[in-house]
Order: sequence, then C-alpha cells, then structure tokens
Amino acid sequence: MGGFLARALGQRLALLAVISVVAHAVILLAPGEPSEVDPMNPRLKPEDVARIRAAFHLDAPLHLQYAYWMRDLLSGELRSFKDGQPVLPKIWERFLNSVPIFLLATLIEWCLAFPTGIRAAVRRGSPFDRGSTLLSYALISFPSFFLAYLVIVGLVEAFDVPVIGMRTFGMESAELWYRAMDRVWHLAIPSLLAALTGIAVMSRYVRSQMLEVVAQDYVRTARAKGLPEDQVIYRHALRNALLPFVTMFGLMLPGLIGGSVIIEQIFAWPGLGRLGYDAILSRDFPVILTLNLFAAALTLAGTFLSDLLYAAVDPRIRVR
Amino acid sequence: MAVATPTPELPPLAGARGEAWRAFRRDRLAFAALFVLAALVVAAVAGKLLTEWWVVFDPSVVRLPDKLLPPLSVARADRIAAADLPAFGVYLLGTDELGRDVFARMLQGSFVSLSIGFVAVGISVAIGIAVGGLAGYYRGAVDAVLMRATDVMLCFPTMFLILTVVALLPPSIYNIMVVIGVTSWMGTARFARAEFLSLREQDFVVAAVALGLPERRIIFRHMVPNAVAPVLVSATIGVAGAILTESALSFLGFGVQPPFATWGNVLADGRGYLFDAPWLFFVPGAAIFGVVLAFNLVGEGLREALNPRLRRRR
Repeated sequence: MGGFLARALGQRLALLAVISVVAHAVILLAPGEPSEVDPMNPRLKPEDVARIRAAFHLDAPLHLQYAYWMRDLLSGELRSFKDGQPVLPKIWERFLNSVPIFLLATLIEWCLAFPTGIRAAVRRGSPFDRGSTLLSYALISFPSFFLAYLVIVGLVEAFDVPVIGMRTFGMESAELWYRAMDRVWHLAIPSLLAALTGIAVMSRYVRSQMLEVVAQDYVRTARAKGLPEDQVIYRHALRNALLPFVTMFGLMLPGLIGGSVIIEQIFAWPGLGRLGYDAILSRDFPVILTLNLFAAALTLAGTFLSDLLYAAVDPRIRVR
Repeated sequence: MAVATPTPELPPLAGARGEAWRAFRRDRLAFAALFVLAALVVAAVAGKLLTEWWVVFDPSVVRLPDKLLPPLSVARADRIAAADLPAFGVYLLGTDELGRDVFARMLQGSFVSLSIGFVAVGISVAIGIAVGGLAGYYRGAVDAVLMRATDVMLCFPTMFLILTVVALLPPSIYNIMVVIGVTSWMGTARFARAEFLSLREQDFVVAAVALGLPERRIIFRHMVPNAVAPVLVSATIGVAGAILTESALSFLGFGVQPPFATWGNVLADGRGYLFDAPWLFFVPGAAIFGVVLAFNLVGEGLREALNPRLRRRR
C-alpha cells in the first residue's frame, strides 16, 4: 500500500510539473500582453510600455520567465500585475468564497439525483422513468445563463430571494447567527443552478448503474430466496451500484473553478471563476497561471483521492 | 420506447446497419428529434441563401422607427424607406432595439451556429481519432505519451482555456470554431483508443497484419470504419455542447462579433430586454434549447441503437 501511494503521488507531481510548463508556454506565447490592454490610451507612451514590459520580465526568454514565476510562486512573493497584491492570498480568499457554493450544489445534486435515478431504474419504462429521462435531457440542453435568468425571474418574485453578491449590505454588525442565515439565503439560488446540470447527468448515471446491477446473478439469488424487495434493492443492489460514485466525488473537485464562471458572473459572486475571468480580461499573467496550476492540482488531487477511495471500498482493486 | 414483448416472427435478415436503424426508429423521441435536426439543416441552408446570396430577409437593416416591435407586427410603411421594408411587410418574430428583423437574424444565425457546431466537432473528432487511434494501434510508448498528453489537457478547466485563448485572439467565427474544437477532443480520444485497443486484437486486423498490408491501409480501411460508431455518438452530443459553449462565450462577451448574428449573441443581447421585449430573449433561447435537446436525444438514440448489448437489455 505504501509503495502504491508513493508511486501514485510521484506520478502526479511529475504530471503537475509538465502541466505548469505547458500552461506557462501556452499563455505567454498567445498574443496579447498586459501592456496592450489599453492601446487607445494616449497617455501610454512607448517608454511606458517598455517600462511595464521590463518590470514584468516580459522581455526575458521564455524559460527565464518560467523560472521567475516558479521562484516567486514558491517563495510566496508572486504579485498580481494588475494591483500588486500577492497572488496566493488572493486566490485563497476567492477559494473560500467558492467552496460553499460547490458544497451546497454537490449536496443538492446528490440528494436529488440518487432517489430519482434509483426510482427510474427500479420502475424502468414507467411514466416516472420516461419523465425523468426527458427532464434530464431538457436540463442539460438549456444554455446555462438562459436557465439562470428564467429561474431568477420566476423565483425572485415568488420568494424574494437575493440574487446578487454574498451578503446583504449593512449586515456586518449583526449577530453571527443572522449573518450565517443571510449567507445561506444568498447561496440558495446560485447553488441550485450550479447543481441542475449535475442532477441531470448524475441521475442518468445512477439509473444505468442500477440497471446494470439489478441484472446481476446475486440480485436474482436475493430475490429467489424470498427477501423483501426493499431489502434486495437497498442492501444488495444499491451497495454495489454505489461503488463508482465514491470515485466521482474526487473527480468533481475541479468543478470548483471551471464550472463556475457563468454562475458567478450572473450572481456577482466573488469566487474563483470570476477571479480568473477578470484576470484573463486584464492579461494578469501571474493570476491566470497560478489559477491554472491550482485547477490542475485540484484535478490531480481529485483523481488521487478517487483512486484511494476506490481501493478503500473495493477490496478487489487492492488485490491487483 | 421500450419494447415489452419480443416479436415472435423473425425479422428479415439485415446487416448490422439495418438493425441499428430499426432500433433507432423504434425510439420515437430520438426519431422525432431527427426530424427537428433535418428541419434545422433546411433552415440553415435557407438562412445562408436568403440572407446573403439572394437577400429576401436582410438581418442588418436598421429601422429605428420600428424598434422593439412584438412578433407578427406590421411594418409602418409610412415611416421607413420602401427599400428597408421587411419581406411581406411583417416582422415574423418582432424587431430588436435597432429595429432589425429578429426572424432574419435568427435565420442567418442558424447557419452560423450550426456551422460552428459542426466545424468545431469536426476538428475535435479528427484530433480525437488521430490521437486515440495512434495510441490504441501502436500501444506501448506511443500510447503512454499520447495518453499522458490527453491527461494534461484534461487537467485544464476547459472554460478557462477557451476564455484565455479567445480573449487574446481577434474575435472571429473561425477562431471560435477552432478553439472549441481544440479544447474538446479528449473524450473522443479516449473512446477511440479503447475501441482501437480492442479492434487490434480482433481476427480481421490480425489477418490484415499477417497479410503484410501497409499500416496506413490497416488503420484507415480496416480499423477506422469499425471504430466510428462510438465516435459518432460523442460527436452528435459534441455538436450540442459546442452550440452551448458558443452561447456561453457570447454571454461573457467573447462570442462572434456584430454584425454577424448567431443564436448565442442574439440571446446574449436580448437579456437586457427581458421585461420590455421578452421575444428578444425567449425566441433565441427556445431555439437553442430545442436544437441542443434534439442533438442530445439523437445522440442517445444512436448510442442505444448502435450498442447491441444495451438494445437487448431494453
């Protein structure tokens, strides 16, 4: 087990190093520079551009720029081009804002997808099955911001939920309890929207997984010995159908960043997605690069976690 | 959808393709969706024809007196020049904030949106089959290197990658097609690799190798046609994804730039008029939704029809 762990970790660290080189090259070789963000500004003279380029090491050869980036990143000295703030605390702060949406969305997703998928599988061909199938195709077919606007128009009137930002203005001095409830209230709609597509995809997956397991011999054996149907489904079938989902939790980690740009943009939520979007607009290379690296690290951590979990829950893997 | 009782009389013998077609036709939803797609292709061709070559519906005429008219309203002939009047004097789907005919813009957009979908998926399928095919055919070191490269690509958040590149490139339809294609081939590559790995062991490929056929011929004549089925499914669903990505890019302001109309940017522009002129928002939204749904349903129908194992279980 120790050897397996060390090898898996080593492989991923090597991959992360390769990714950092590739990401660096792609982003720096693409056209566009921080000095060109505002080409129409008459006050920006050629010597200013030259000064900006020198300050950000943009004239250095590519490998040197990479070395500068790595040095600054590892020593924690990396600063944003745009406002000179250190990058790592900036990303950390936004990360803490993105996590609640991600967690709540995941919770909603799993709580709705599993019952739907199981029921659809158990009653295959029933109106419920067909209805949920069609509904899940419908959900993944909406342009995400179109759906978001529809939900906003529908729910804001009905429930008076806030759809902008993370907190009500002027709540800073309120009791902790009120602030917490305010935060949850602000989280509700963005998380629901972030979860919708996931519910659709996941419930289909649960359904097909359950169908697969229900056709197995051991389920027939369980039925043959006269167990009640509930026990067959929930004890014998579901437990085996759950195996792949253990690993899916790890694979969902990267959704923290990439999946949230549009939702965060619509709801003015200061999370990682918007940080990246703003950084891209202003060619803020240190932020873009570090965020990309962070995303890659999350993906790799996710696959690592899912391998570990799989080995933990499925003894058959460990033997191999 | 599901066939409850197995038909007692044997169907006439047909090839695998005929059988798949019959299975597909039995899935009524997918079959209906196929008609939607056929109608879409007709609309796209008509759009190209009627808005660019033989201009009946001109999407770029600005008629300020007639701005924000609801669908089916009649053009006010006394206020706008005769040359600017819409076809038949009626705005089928209303007008936007500049008095442009929404129907004409949607018609033009149907061609642009569809070609973005097809070209992007064409690119991603070509890269995917090339990478997956080479990895699966040669195995060993080639496989290891190519699949590591795929893993590297998978580690980037796709939306970020697209945004990074699109934000830096001059915004044009072609750049968007290429960027969406180049960032979405990883799934296809994995399918193609798995397919090639199993085909490589099959007797007809072993026989072809034993006969000393050139590798090019083995790969393109013998293996690629057999690996196409799963790729076709992911390509169909990929077109849906590309259309959605285009509309998301339009929302963020990186889409196809005016004066070109795509469904995505008509929708993105319409969001400011959600209450004053809802048709500007709901018409393109419903169109994208319907088309993407149709692509998804056809893709799923194909998946079940092409996979005999799934078909039997139903």
